Amino acid sequence: MHFPFLSVIVFTPLVAALIILLYKPGQKKAIRVTALSAAVFALAMSLVVYFSYDKALAGYQFVEKYSWMPMLGISLHFGVDGMSAPLVLLTGIVMVTGVMISWGIEDRPREFFAFLFILASGVFGVFASLDLFMLFFFYEIAVFPMYLLISIWGWIKTREYAAMKLTLYLFIGSVVSMIGALVMYWTSGLHTFDMLVLETAKFSPAFQKIWFLPVFLGFAILGGIFPFHNWSPDGHVAAPTAVSMFHAGVLMKLGAFAALRVGIMLLPQGAKFWAPLIIVLALVNIVYGAFIASVQTDFKYVIGFSSVSHMGLVMMGFATLTPEGLTGAGVQMFSHGIMTALFFAAVGMVYDRAHTRQIPELGGMIKPLPLVGIAVIVGSLVSMGMPGFSGFIAEFPIFMGMWKTHAIVAIIAAISIVVTASYVLLVVRRVFFGKMPEALEGHITPIRTLDKIALVLLMALMIGIGLFPALIVPWVQTGVQHILALLGGA
Amino acid sequence: MSTVLPILPEALLLVLGILILIIDPFLRKDAARRSFLGWFTVAGMFIILAVSLAFARPANPTQVFGGMLRFDWLGFVFAMFFVFAAGVTALFFMDAEQLGRRAEAYLLLVAATIGMCLMAASADLVMLYLAIETTSIPLYLLAGFLKEDDKSTEAGFKYMLFGALTSAVLLYGLSLIYGFTGKTNLYDLGSYFSSFNLAAVGIIFLVLAGLAFKVSLFPFHFWAPDVYEGAPTQVAGFLSTASKAAGFAVIIRLFIAAFPAIHADWSLILAVLATLTMTVGNLIALAQKSIKRMLAYSSIAHAGYAMIGVVAFSQLGIASVVFYLIGYVLTNLLAFGIVGTVGRLTGSDDFQAYAGLSRRNPTLGLASLVAFLSLAGMPPFVGFVAKFFVFSAAIQAGWVWLAIVGVLNSIVGLYYYLNVLKYIYLYRMENQDEEQHQLQVARPVVIGLIVLVAGILLLGILFGPWFGFATKAAASIF
Repeated sequence: MHFPFLSVIVFTPLVAALIILLYKPGQKKAIRVTALSAAVFALAMSLVVYFSYDKALAGYQFVEKYSWMPMLGISLHFGVDGMSAPLVLLTGIVMVTGVMISWGIEDRPREFFAFLFILASGVFGVFASLDLFMLFFFYEIAVFPMYLLISIWGWIKTREYAAMKLTLYLFIGSVVSMIGALVMYWTSGLHTFDMLVLETAKFSPAFQKIWFLPVFLGFAILGGIFPFHNWSPDGHVAAPTAVSMFHAGVLMKLGAFAALRVGIMLLPQGAKFWAPLIIVLALVNIVYGAFIASVQTDFKYVIGFSSVSHMGLVMMGFATLTPEGLTGAGVQMFSHGIMTALFFAAVGMVYDRAHTRQIPELGGMIKPLPLVGIAVIVGSLVSMGMPGFSGFIAEFPIFMGMWKTHAIVAIIAAISIVVTASYVLLVVRRVFFGKMPEALEGHITPIRTLDKIALVLLMALMIGIGLFPALIVPWVQTGVQHILALLGGA
Repeated sequence: MSTVLPILPEALLLVLGILILIIDPFLRKDAARRSFLGWFTVAGMFIILAVSLAFARPANPTQVFGGMLRFDWLGFVFAMFFVFAAGVTALFFMDAEQLGRRAEAYLLLVAATIGMCLMAASADLVMLYLAIETTSIPLYLLAGFLKEDDKSTEAGFKYMLFGALTSAVLLYGLSLIYGFTGKTNLYDLGSYFSSFNLAAVGIIFLVLAGLAFKVSLFPFHFWAPDVYEGAPTQVAGFLSTASKAAGFAVIIRLFIAAFPAIHADWSLILAVLATLTMTVGNLIALAQKSIKRMLAYSSIAHAGYAMIGVVAFSQLGIASVVFYLIGYVLTNLLAFGIVGTVGRLTGSDDFQAYAGLSRRNPTLGLASLVAFLSLAGMPPFVGFVAKFFVFSAAIQAGWVWLAIVGVLNSIVGLYYYLNVLKYIYLYRMENQDEEQHQLQVARPVVIGLIVLVAGILLLGILFGPWFGFATKAAASIF
């Protein structure tokens, strides 16, 4: 029995949350230090898992299985493959940078970090779970703290509305998928929630065609798929900075990942049947998201809609069902997670100082906040898929995969790159260059050291992956092999 | 000894009740002395729980006392959590001055618990009716216990009128069963009702009307909000949990023992009732301004969810109902415990009274987080697994539409539960200086809340062994 890395990763934030709740509300310093150490520890552990994952061996590694409820075949079954290992790492990174960025929270930091860490545990749990029941268990643990985090610490104007909308959307999605999962469980006759066993269930094509859509779309709601994306920009904007980072950076991947894991991998025939529909929806996401983003005047809404657009690429990559598309989608989940975390961190830093996010009211920020400016520029380059950055490594294969199946869709989707380039560059120019409005003159204080560390870390990752795709692509490819085997084998 | 074993919990409860009466006159009227009465009851309840768990576990189902009772796991599991619920309720009683200092309150609580234990174990129509009345009469009194309070008196009276009426209807149904079959033992009836003829229809409707009142199924739910609102909160908590679970115990045993051959027909009736109960309960709960009324409607909705498991008519279905009820009892007791203590500290049951609660007492805030999220069915609290099992059983039995109705309803539920949390965590008090003033929760209540929170987490995370008990209970009647 090897060291239970994954259990440790999943339960570290939960234990940290409990410890944090034991402090007195006034011990803010101790609370923050505990939070940061727990996050760094979880990140270190996920780095170990990521780099000791044996790509030659492929398949699920670091597997742990504890029987939880034999009567119904529920077990605590953890393991990562090439698809989920990068996402576990991503969660670790966003967690650490999220804590760094939230250092300055003064209103009930105890509850803030406790809820944030419960959420983090849920996210780790979903990425690592190989048991369908546990997947739902952790999925919902990741959803409910969101409500509290947004409604308590969010942007005062829209937080109540946005938090409720988000929670209800996500909960509807998860219960719809849950019904689908239960139907699969009873139909398979295998009496197990173990997804590795359920993969071999050989559901009839008719069954798969009926149940693929509810299961896939139920999860894809969290991935922000059109027409159920509506909660996402509102949620992003209302959330406090660290929560936006988590939300767009990690939670949306949770939806995409679960849609892949449960929808496509357990019901491959259904996936083949419905792939054209998913492609159309994803195409709307990509193009429509980009156009809407380009007409926003609120900096944070721009990023919010750009997330919708980029998550469309992930969904499209899935729906191509080709090796290129799936690989691209896998890399895109990671790349977009880092990129959007960086964007939201930067937006948060600007807003905290300028007290406005309206693009026309901002300008000249590069002088007082040089690092933030650079970070946003790097993020923009990633966002438009510039070679040399992680976005290119992700988007190019997706378009290749799309070209192979439906070339016309690839062409239409590529328009979005132009639109994206236009709006991100416009935002960069208006917010960071030009003349600073007089009202802001002298009010912009420099950012904290921790903020700087967070920004540099995120930028380094995006450039690093862009220059050395070997840091992530081989992992994803091993995961894709397994998915393709399921698609071809059934 | 072996003859007493099947009724060990009931016998010990009776002893406890008598002891309460005996020591009452010897205690002086000051607060410290009177609180001894509460601790005595609580200790008694938990000792009974421990002793019964250690010595009175049933083996194979056997009928005892001339077929009056059936000594099996179903009755035993229910009896154990009735005693547990009564123990926790006694803890909450100690915080309410007009209940906690009166020996009668504890005695009535014990008497109602005896009745509930017998309800869950009754195997004979006569015994069943007696047990129901033994439960109901002390509860009527408890609901109207605050003589000076008009609302409480009204609640007690209303509860009694409705109760008496439905009892009469139930009795009529039971007498029809006897009239058609000539038998009173539930386990002799199975072969008589082989088709869904007029007699069976009539009987099922009459019996169901009586029992639906106990579990507040639509359309017999009207009493619940008024009674819960008027009755002392601690009593309302007991009514909405243990008393409701006892009603379910009877429904489970009666329908499975007496009408197994026509289950397809009554399942459909129950499915329709469950749908209406969930939907009506949840929708009306949305509009409530008082937290007690909201909890009343939410507890109506929960009766609907639990009913889904009965509809499934399978071992898994019954096991999931039992598990659901255990989880629900813990959760709702916690919710009412919080409402009771906040009501006493702030003097109000409106949502507004909860504004700023997380600042005035962060621990109480977290406890309510646990309670309301568990009611909403979020992991890692017991509400999630409980709902999961119930829906799972429904889907196994082919009731996919019912499961879908159930999950849609749980979304409505989520909305109003989150709404309460919004008051607790987000809204501020009108007078912000007052927020600095910490709310002090009485010690017995703190103990009760801790026990319940721990239970909710324990059952929500390590659910395997507990579901094992529920499965044993279900296996004992199939």
